[in-house]
Amino acid sequence: MKAKAFQKIYTRIENITKATCVVEAEGITNEEMAYVDGRPAQVVKINDKWITLQIFPGTQGVATNAEVVFTGKPPTLKVGDDLRGRFFNAYGQPIDGGPAIDGEEREIGGPSVNPVRRKQPSELIATGIAGIDLNNTLVTGQKIPFFADPDQPFNQVMADVALRAKADIIILGGMGMSNDDYLYYKSVFDNAGALDRIISFMNTTENPPVERLLVPDMCLTAAEYFATEKNYKVLALLTDMTLFADALSIVSNRMDQIPSKDSMPGSLYSDLAKIYEKAVQFPDGGSITIVAVTTLSGGDITHAIPDNTGYITEGQLFLRRDTDIGKVIVDPFRSLSRLKQLVIGKKTRDDHPQVMNACVRLFADAANAKTKLENGFDLTDYDKRCLDYAKEYSRELLAIDINVDVDKMLDTGWDLFAKYFSKEEVGIKQVFVDKYWKN
Amino acid sequence: MSTKGKVVGIVSNLVTIEVDGPVGQNEICYIDLAGVKLMAEVIKITGNKAFVQVFESTRGLNVGCEAEFTGRMLEVTMGPGMLSRNYDGLQNDLNKMTDVFLKRGEYTPPLDNERKWAFKPIASEGDEVRGGDWIGEVQEGWIAHKIMVPFAFEGTGTIQSVAPEGEYTVEDTVAVVVDGEGNEQKLTMTMRWPVKVEVRTYKDKPRPFKVMETGVRTIDTLNPMMEGGTGFIPGPFGCGKTVLQHLISKYAEADLIIVVACGERANEVVEIFTEFPELDDPRTGRKLMERTIIICNTSNMPVAAREASVYTGMTIAEYYRMMGLKVLLLADSTSRWAQALREMSNRMEELPGQDAFPMDLPAIVSNFYSRAGFVYLHNGQSGSITFIGTVSPAGGNLKEPVTESTKKAARAFYALAQQRADSKRYPAIDPIDSYSKYLEYQEVVDYMDEHLEKGWVDKVLKMKDILLRGKEARDQINILGDDGVPIDYHVIFNKSEIVDFIILQQDGFDKVDASTPIKRQQYIANKILDICDSSFDFENFENVTTYFKKVINIMKQMNYQEFQNEKFNSLEKELDDLLAERRVNGDGGPGEDRKETVLDERRSGDEG
Ligand SMILES: Nc1ncnc2c1ncn2[C@@H]1O[C@H](COP(=O)(O)OP(=O)(O)O)[C@@H](O)[C@H]1O
Ligand SMILES: [Mg+2]
Repeated sequence: MKAKAFQKIYTRIENITKATCVVEAEGITNEEMAYVDGRPAQVVKINDKWITLQIFPGTQGVATNAEVVFTGKPPTLKVGDDLRGRFFNAYGQPIDGGPAIDGEEREIGGPSVNPVRRKQPSELIATGIAGIDLNNTLVTGQKIPFFADPDQPFNQVMADVALRAKADIIILGGMGMSNDDYLYYKSVFDNAGALDRIISFMNTTENPPVERLLVPDMCLTAAEYFATEKNYKVLALLTDMTLFADALSIVSNRMDQIPSKDSMPGSLYSDLAKIYEKAVQFPDGGSITIVAVTTLSGGDITHAIPDNTGYITEGQLFLRRDTDIGKVIVDPFRSLSRLKQLVIGKKTRDDHPQVMNACVRLFADAANAKTKLENGFDLTDYDKRCLDYAKEYSRELLAIDINVDVDKMLDTGWDLFAKYFSKEEVGIKQVFVDKYWKN
Repeated sequence: MSTKGKVVGIVSNLVTIEVDGPVGQNEICYIDLAGVKLMAEVIKITGNKAFVQVFESTRGLNVGCEAEFTGRMLEVTMGPGMLSRNYDGLQNDLNKMTDVFLKRGEYTPPLDNERKWAFKPIASEGDEVRGGDWIGEVQEGWIAHKIMVPFAFEGTGTIQSVAPEGEYTVEDTVAVVVDGEGNEQKLTMTMRWPVKVEVRTYKDKPRPFKVMETGVRTIDTLNPMMEGGTGFIPGPFGCGKTVLQHLISKYAEADLIIVVACGERANEVVEIFTEFPELDDPRTGRKLMERTIIICNTSNMPVAAREASVYTGMTIAEYYRMMGLKVLLLADSTSRWAQALREMSNRMEELPGQDAFPMDLPAIVSNFYSRAGFVYLHNGQSGSITFIGTVSPAGGNLKEPVTESTKKAARAFYALAQQRADSKRYPAIDPIDSYSKYLEYQEVVDYMDEHLEKGWVDKVLKMKDILLRGKEARDQINILGDDGVPIDYHVIFNKSEIVDFIILQQDGFDKVDASTPIKRQQYIANKILDICDSSFDFENFENVTTYFKKVINIMKQMNYQEFQNEKFNSLEKELDDLLAERRVNGDGGPGEDRKETVLDERRSGDEG
């Protein structure tokens, strides 16, 4: 990075930790970007003339006489239609060999939408996956993560969702993504002929972890540009937010902040909310939908990262392997789409809410029957029917390889009810039973 | 001359200011960032350094920026015209901001200064008055909005003049009062009050004793809320805290609802913005928005203002309470407010308490809850603030500081259970862990006797017993197996399932079922108690479940019907026929009593 005339240059670094350094400087503004020995850095604390900088690539090899150049402005991204089809690093610099973007320069992490100017989301996103469309219907303007152990095929599901979602623009934010997965996404989008709808900001496992902190804001600044200037339906894919949060904790530990639960910073909730709340339905038709990945450790959703995420996002999609059918399913118990009420039975068939609930309730009965069986008790006839039903429900509706429309999903539900249960056992409102029950 | 200062340090939204004069704790100042004024509150003072929390992003701020102190604490401005408004946590009118995005430093007035209100005097010349006394009234929507002597008015004074009936703006003088020292004070329809100070201009605050109907059966029937009572709803994410609060805000029997969206999702508030102007208040037929004020400080809005938002809501509630109104204040979620306190306390490097929360969290929480209550005014009228907050415990574990602090402060506890939510038994309030301390109040027992029916509270306790026995029976069945227990265990369990499916579970998204008037709840409760008091004859346990599933199914269909309409009555008939099939001589045969005693003994045996 070449210093320009108006930039302030300093060479007295006082203090260096793994991720930060303190430099004596004047007239520096909060959150502005700087370069320490050519490495991108950001002001995180000002104490009189002592400026604490967070150095994104880390501080290895930085000397106390290194050159510190302040840019006078917070991190920015140049936005424009040229962003389409391009791949960038966490700083918004091209990594695909293409030219730099020549567009309007915008601060990343900008202000929030006035809540009274938001529109209520109401447009269903069809994915063909019944575990999502039937039980956890997605809506534009929603924010929702996949909760999955690292060995589950969330990248495939996310790619399926992205391609079927009919978004005008898909923005892929990679945080600590393995290079293999990065190439996987690239080839899936390429094969689908969708590359011109993709924009990607990528921090792979080969890049320094603290850089990840910039990725969501970069993605969402681009998203806001397309959603407000072009009224596009934008889908932002953020993966893996657990690695993002880990980077937050690295920085806050270096800054001697008192950690709260699971050594995460006390501000984790606010930090994550700032990102996820960028999901919005604008009044003029544009929208930002965020689908993220939060990897779990051993399925533990009480860990501070998934826990705070769950409190922020509008539901979560929980993937697990169903050993009874040998497939990965969208778990109907732990998964939830909080916005589904806005569309189910309204944009979809009227029996949708009741069929969905009855299916899940019977699946829960099957789980109880299974416990009984494991405890060595005899099963009643009802128990046995529940178990048979559960297998078929899991295979025909919950498995992630399903790709059908919602009416078909509902019909399948009624088929299963009639096959295994009586009307009383299903317990659905009479009007729907009269209308849809399969004799 | 007001105190001024210069910025000398910045960490996130904690800014240190070197001051040139006196400053007060909680005083408000404005920091000038290239012409944009950033509002901030003093939270600590050492020597000539004031530590302030800025209610905005501090991006771009630098050392040397100037600050001006106002000499006032964080206040709200109150007067006619607050009803139906959408404010942010600092009482800025969000609808007056025209941009799609929030602009830093944009502060909009909470009241409309131009609008004229038709003022009618209540007090007259020569009346002796004190703070909070009514001078006149204006019609604000459907509320007869009382114009009061400012709460800050000290001692008593005498009215020198009151404006005649006519049209006035909130800034016009509507009365002149001579205070104890002989000074004339001109009163307008507006007053200001610091949000962190309780308004205590009422005469007295007895224990709550009147039931506050919410329409939610598991609350009204089993763990009732009182007018002026306090309650809280803890629960892991996704268990239904927000849906439950929304239901309460739609159907509760209150004159005014203040909803504080505190650090949670913006789309949930948008839902209120969108629906409330359309939905009817079932009691009055007016639109719900006409009795609602929204304080909206969602999770992406400035963190420091989260704390302010609950206080802003409470102060506005106190203002309307002084008019003799029944106010219901809801806050979702109080944990976010506690977390905001934690963030600041961390930045100030204070010695942390449990989970890094500030040490004085319990005191802060109980102080806040104590501002709710039923009050008598000096003029003999009464008013109330009922407060129900949600709590979002980390990891869903109720042994955490915010839940524990709140448990000490609130009198009703509505614990949402993950297991119930997972099996879609909504609302997921755990009937066994939850409680309403008000059931222990003699005033409440008496009130129920008089207004509902004699012995009602005993019936409620009996119903709780049925649920507890049902749980015990189910545990035994799970341990010993379906046929390892007497058939009666299945009967006991299934009876508790009736209570669960028909009273506890309620379809919040169904037009009819979403809210149940108390009279109908009384009907349901009596019907179920009648069934539970009866003995039934079964050959084997499988029949028990099948039979009660049918009972439950009919009763559920009844819940979906308008009370006592034709379809309802025919279902009731069907139910009675079904019950007659297996009921053994009506009022509880000896057989069952005996078996239940066995279970009781087992229970006491377990404890011993
Ligand atoms: N009473 C209810 N009836 C039906 N569904 C409910 C009910 N309460 C909660 N739910 C379901 O649970 C979801 C989460 O509820 P919500 O109140 O947002 O949870 P929380 O605020 O506790 O995180 C809702 O979107 C809805 O699908
Ligand atoms: Mg909620």
